[in-house]
Amino acid sequence: MLTAQGLACVRGDRLLFKDLGFVLEAGSLLYVLGENGSGKSSLLRMLCGLLMPEQGEILWAGKSIKSHAEQYLPNLKYLGHLNGLKDDLTALENLQMGARIAGQAVTAAAALAALTAIGIARCSNLPVRVLSQGQKRRVALAALWLSRSPLWILDEPFAALDVAATEVLAARISEHLAAGGMTILTSHQDVPIQAKSTVSLSLSA
Amino acid sequence: MHMNWFKYSSPQTFYPLAGKMIPWFFWAASLLCAVGLYVSFAIAPTDFQQGEAYRIIFVHVPAAWMSMFIYLVMAGWAAMGLALNARLSAMMAQALAPTGAMFTLLALVTGSLWGKPMWGTWWVWDARLTSELILLFLYLGFIALQSSIDDPRRADRAGALLALVGVVNVPIIYFSVKWWNTLHQGSTINMGVAPKMAATMLIGMLLMALAFWMYSVAVALMRVRCIMLERERSSDWVKALSAKGGK
Amino acid sequence: MNQTWLTVLRRDLLLALRRRSDIATTLFFFVIVSSLFPLGIGPEPAVLSSIAPGVLWVAALLAGMISLSRLFAADFADGSLEQMLLAPQPLAWLVSAKIFAHWLVCGLPVVLLAPLIGLQYALPNDALLVLVYSLLLGTPTLSLIGAIGAALTLGVRGSGLLVALLVLPLYIPTLIFGAGAVAASQHGMSAEAHLSLLAAVSLLSLVLAPLATAAALRISVE
Repeated sequence: MLTAQGLACVRGDRLLFKDLGFVLEAGSLLYVLGENGSGKSSLLRMLCGLLMPEQGEILWAGKSIKSHAEQYLPNLKYLGHLNGLKDDLTALENLQMGARIAGQAVTAAAALAALTAIGIARCSNLPVRVLSQGQKRRVALAALWLSRSPLWILDEPFAALDVAATEVLAARISEHLAAGGMTILTSHQDVPIQAKSTVSLSLSA
Repeated sequence: MHMNWFKYSSPQTFYPLAGKMIPWFFWAASLLCAVGLYVSFAIAPTDFQQGEAYRIIFVHVPAAWMSMFIYLVMAGWAAMGLALNARLSAMMAQALAPTGAMFTLLALVTGSLWGKPMWGTWWVWDARLTSELILLFLYLGFIALQSSIDDPRRADRAGALLALVGVVNVPIIYFSVKWWNTLHQGSTINMGVAPKMAATMLIGMLLMALAFWMYSVAVALMRVRCIMLERERSSDWVKALSAKGGK
Repeated sequence: MNQTWLTVLRRDLLLALRRRSDIATTLFFFVIVSSLFPLGIGPEPAVLSSIAPGVLWVAALLAGMISLSRLFAADFADGSLEQMLLAPQPLAWLVSAKIFAHWLVCGLPVVLLAPLIGLQYALPNDALLVLVYSLLLGTPTLSLIGAIGAALTLGVRGSGLLVALLVLPLYIPTLIFGAGAVAASQHGMSAEAHLSLLAAVSLLSLVLAPLATAAALRISVE
């Protein structure tokens, strides 16, 4: 269970939001809405512990994610604006090494299966450098088929994806939620994700 | 800031307090400086070896003391800012840096002015002067890092970390430079202390050091007030202040 | 835990291998800087061998420094740094793998090449050996301390020059002990004291620098 209490975010001189709070339980989806610059990405980074809140607290299973980071981080899978891929490594290498650094051993077969699931298996041995924007995004998203973390925090996961990939990803997120996982995401488009409960959080600029 | 337990650690309350303290520190600095200069130039005896030129140590030595002392204080404020996440501490560290750099430069310039009549050269690679030079680099690095980061919070924290890294390194650097100096036997002059230190000379130096200290506090407070206004320009208390005409 | 550490190391080495030109640039820089001095000073062997320890060490310092920008900048730009910050392992531990990789790629080649340059400077054999020892003990410190500077200046404008200003003063003890060791052996003295001090500085930075670098990365990524 992820709890946020009284969060405030300041970037530069600007107060982006304050007194923001929510409780996210197993199986639920949190939609973060808002226009550009309203602090969606900052909020997600804050929930990962990458950005220190100006005020307020974030708790995982009742414990502060700052002082109990080592208990929190294994439960978290974050995908930000940046894909976190190395241009000079192949898709397969990226996926395997990425999982390993996140603390999870992944076989080449499993990584290939993940790439197949999101439909870019044929690029698996190409260096990421030569892939298109959408293809790179899919390589990064393939990690979701490998992840065993209950909490997913995804910043614009559907951006740059075509219709087919969007559906596949939405199905994967629904599956994750059905299995008792949690997801926090931002998106500019409406996507059909099934969840036990869906909460929308609207940030106004 | 939820961390601020101390009343005066919020900029809003500290700003007027600092404003009231500044004149006092300036007066103390001027008074001490006047007495210190009188002791240094009128009372302290002429050195039988170095004549009158030695009197520059009344500026040189206190400036060198202050340059090191201010670095320590700066690192202390920086550490406090990092540990307690207190804005004011970081601002104090930032406000102290230029004064520290100025005293370092003063120590270097007076050291070289002293060197010319004594040893016929503007610069000797003496352990103390070399250490001061490196200290100047450390100050400049701190100032450059802080000024090249736009986000004030990141600038504060990055600067604080750098100051701490510097403070760990200063003794090592000082030791290595001394070691280097003794091995190369570059100069056998002892820059810091005059041959026979009379009690009046020590008093003169202490008075000057105190004067410099008071001056540093006054200037740092002035600077921290400017930093506060700049940082918090969009806050209500600064707006209210400027509406009243900045008093 | 070690698996993750090894993965970080392996990834950085693999990346370096696929961009071999980067290693070559550092080495070439070291060679060219140390070859400029005889051109500026003259080919007198006695003069050259007396300045050799300082020149070679300063060249190694500068070569290590110009390669620092690569330590975290690419990871910062492509987002893999964020992912590393979110890894369950302590960040300082993972950072130490990256620093080790950086040393293997940029430091070790300089150590291996230095005796060749030393020959050009008419250094005697004993001094060449001490040069290699001193670089072997000292170049890791350059990567370790440099990592703090690289982490602090991530994404800052003019970071290349800034890192020089931050890091070079901190390199001074390493320079003094390293070049001092070579000079001592040239003068027929034992270099042991210098080398021990160099090792002490290395150990201290080995303990503290990854922690400071990790803290700096957290500050810079925010």
